Amino acid sequence: MGTDLDIILKKYKQGKREDLIPILQEIQEDHGYLSEEAIVKTGNFLGLSTTKIYGLATFYDKFRFIPSGKIQIKICHGTSCFLNGSQAVINKIKEETGIVAGQTSRDGNFSYEIVSCMGGCNNGPVMNVNGEYHTHIKPEQLPELIKKLKYVIDND
Amino acid sequence: MLFTIQVNNKKIRAEKGETILSALNRNGIIIPTLCRMKEFTPTGACRMCVVEVEGRDRLVTACSQPVEEWMKIKTHSPRVITARKTIVELLLSNHPDDCLYCDRNLNCELQRLAEELNIRERRIRARKIKPRLDQSSPSIVRELSKCILCGRCVRVCEEVITATSLDFINKGRETHVGATMDKDFNFSSCIHCGQCVLVCPTGALHEKHYLAEVQEYLNKPEMVKVIQYSSMVVYGIAEELGLRYTKGFDKTLNAILRKIGFDKVFKTGTGTDVCITEITGQLSERIENKADKPLYISACPAWVKYVEQFIPSLIPELSTVKSPQQITGVLIKTLVAGQLGVKPEEIFSVSATPCMAMKFEARRDGMMRKGISDVDSVLTVRELARLIRLYGIDTSNIEEEPADEPMAGRSSAAIMAEVSGGLAESVLRSLHFMKMKKEPDKQLFKKLRSGGLFRETSLQIDEKDVRVAVVDGLTGLEKLKISLASGKKYDLIEVMTCPGGCVHGAGLPFSPSKDEIKSRAKLVYQSDDTEAINLPCKSPSCINLYEKLLKDNSDIADKKIFYTHFEKRNVLL
Repeated sequence: MGTDLDIILKKYKQGKREDLIPILQEIQEDHGYLSEEAIVKTGNFLGLSTTKIYGLATFYDKFRFIPSGKIQIKICHGTSCFLNGSQAVINKIKEETGIVAGQTSRDGNFSYEIVSCMGGCNNGPVMNVNGEYHTHIKPEQLPELIKKLKYVIDND
Repeated sequence: MLFTIQVNNKKIRAEKGETILSALNRNGIIIPTLCRMKEFTPTGACRMCVVEVEGRDRLVTACSQPVEEWMKIKTHSPRVITARKTIVELLLSNHPDDCLYCDRNLNCELQRLAEELNIRERRIRARKIKPRLDQSSPSIVRELSKCILCGRCVRVCEEVITATSLDFINKGRETHVGATMDKDFNFSSCIHCGQCVLVCPTGALHEKHYLAEVQEYLNKPEMVKVIQYSSMVVYGIAEELGLRYTKGFDKTLNAILRKIGFDKVFKTGTGTDVCITEITGQLSERIENKADKPLYISACPAWVKYVEQFIPSLIPELSTVKSPQQITGVLIKTLVAGQLGVKPEEIFSVSATPCMAMKFEARRDGMMRKGISDVDSVLTVRELARLIRLYGIDTSNIEEEPADEPMAGRSSAAIMAEVSGGLAESVLRSLHFMKMKKEPDKQLFKKLRSGGLFRETSLQIDEKDVRVAVVDGLTGLEKLKISLASGKKYDLIEVMTCPGGCVHGAGLPFSPSKDEIKSRAKLVYQSDDTEAINLPCKSPSCINLYEKLLKDNSDIADKKIFYTHFEKRNVLL
């Protein structure tokens, strides 16, 4: 688990309304997701209703509300990657992991999300696994990759 | 500054600074609107009010665009009408289309617009919104598939009620209105005032119906069916049934309710009288003890929940007297049960109110004894009107009948409780009479009656200045805070959740205009002026109750049944 919430909040001494997104971003970075507790604490700190914070946070794809898996996959669904067949990759991941984008598998191993562009348009489809980029991904490569990742988790 | 603009090739006068819409409306040109609410700043979200302005490429929203001198406007050109029609067609493209079964059938703004714009076929087809029905709250039902995302509920909840229990969640196609963490409504900070229901243009938000339950019990011969109705219900029913309110309509209502099958018909007003008397007692005690902190009236159940959630530090200052509905309810299950010789569980007790929070209140902790609730079902005025229509009662041709003793009469102080400031005034009047043995001049309360979110006055009673403050709508709490922070002291504070008081209750007919609310309040003041009995302690029902019935009944003689308790609530704020 990441840094204590109070330590993060302390950095924003004034507790102004405009600090909301930076605070949420920092919690997201640190914890990997926005827990109910984090939203309540931020709300108390800034004097904002949790309803408003949740409404705002759900607007942005970046924020998650459930912990991400040990292996976090991001797949680009931008124009270029889409034209190069990212939909087939997404379908394959769905098939292999058995989860929908934004979810985390029950064993907590996998989570994947669809993002708009990661800046690798000439190398599409682009996939990011725990910060590591994979380019020119083809659906048939995925079973092998996921097997490898599972092996890493199991022997960690 | 007035100037002339051209609308549909005719000249009209417009005022500098106003919006196109207000200039048009003032000149008798009607433009359809959907997301607009009169007292709010415009959002221009729904685009229903678009008009064509010469020289502008795009259509402009009349609700948000300030009018300018050079403008030549077309309000019903083919282009404008096509745009409006398309907007409604798009809204209907994913709408469930189950109007016949919908709560708002024949009373729906979307339906009306579709009718007005002459939409006769489904031209645009889209995937239907996934149905989601949230019935978790005891008072408000959410049907998300019927929501058209106009945002009125979100704004009312945030800007008028300040509970902020609703917001838009997600974006794009996934957008929906929901509570925090997208939880069900009973886990939210909702205070059940129902103002969101009152502004919802479709059936996406409506009250939880208890009609089926009431009907079921009406057909049980072994049960004693009892109903209580508050003073506002009399006006509300007249309004909802399209009848002209006349003095004595309450007697007609008694007869109607008996025809439906209720064995006993009581007035919540007697309970209000008891409530006023008890609060007066508490206030008098506090003044004698020179209490430092003010007494907050707790008759508004939404306000009570607001305190329990948002300002739990105020709980010790809340008056522990139950609300009029619960007082009447408890009297029905104790006193009336005894008089009739039946067990409390053999009485089915219904309450008709202009309030939606009462539905929640009837299910509160402390509102039942030995597992039997004091009030079994709470109906809004709209539901009661439905019941009357269902039983096919000819309301124009009916004999007047009195209500049943022991709760047949009320003072005009009880009816005053329906307007903001009225309850505080009634308590002061009672206190004045209690100490000085004469009624105060009503002119003294002028300051409590006239508008404003926060009103205050003081009254000389027994050589002591009794200071009272009235918060009309929860937005007035800010002003109260400022006033308290500046060192001002009050003895009594009344807070009403709905702006205007119960005359603006969410159980009353839909979409009331400001004038309608004013005219309801006027009826209340008129009753107070014309009726002979102005004080609870002069009302025969109330005197009989205190002097005889309570004393004769050893179980309730200690009056504990009139009191309740409040606790801090843990909800996500």
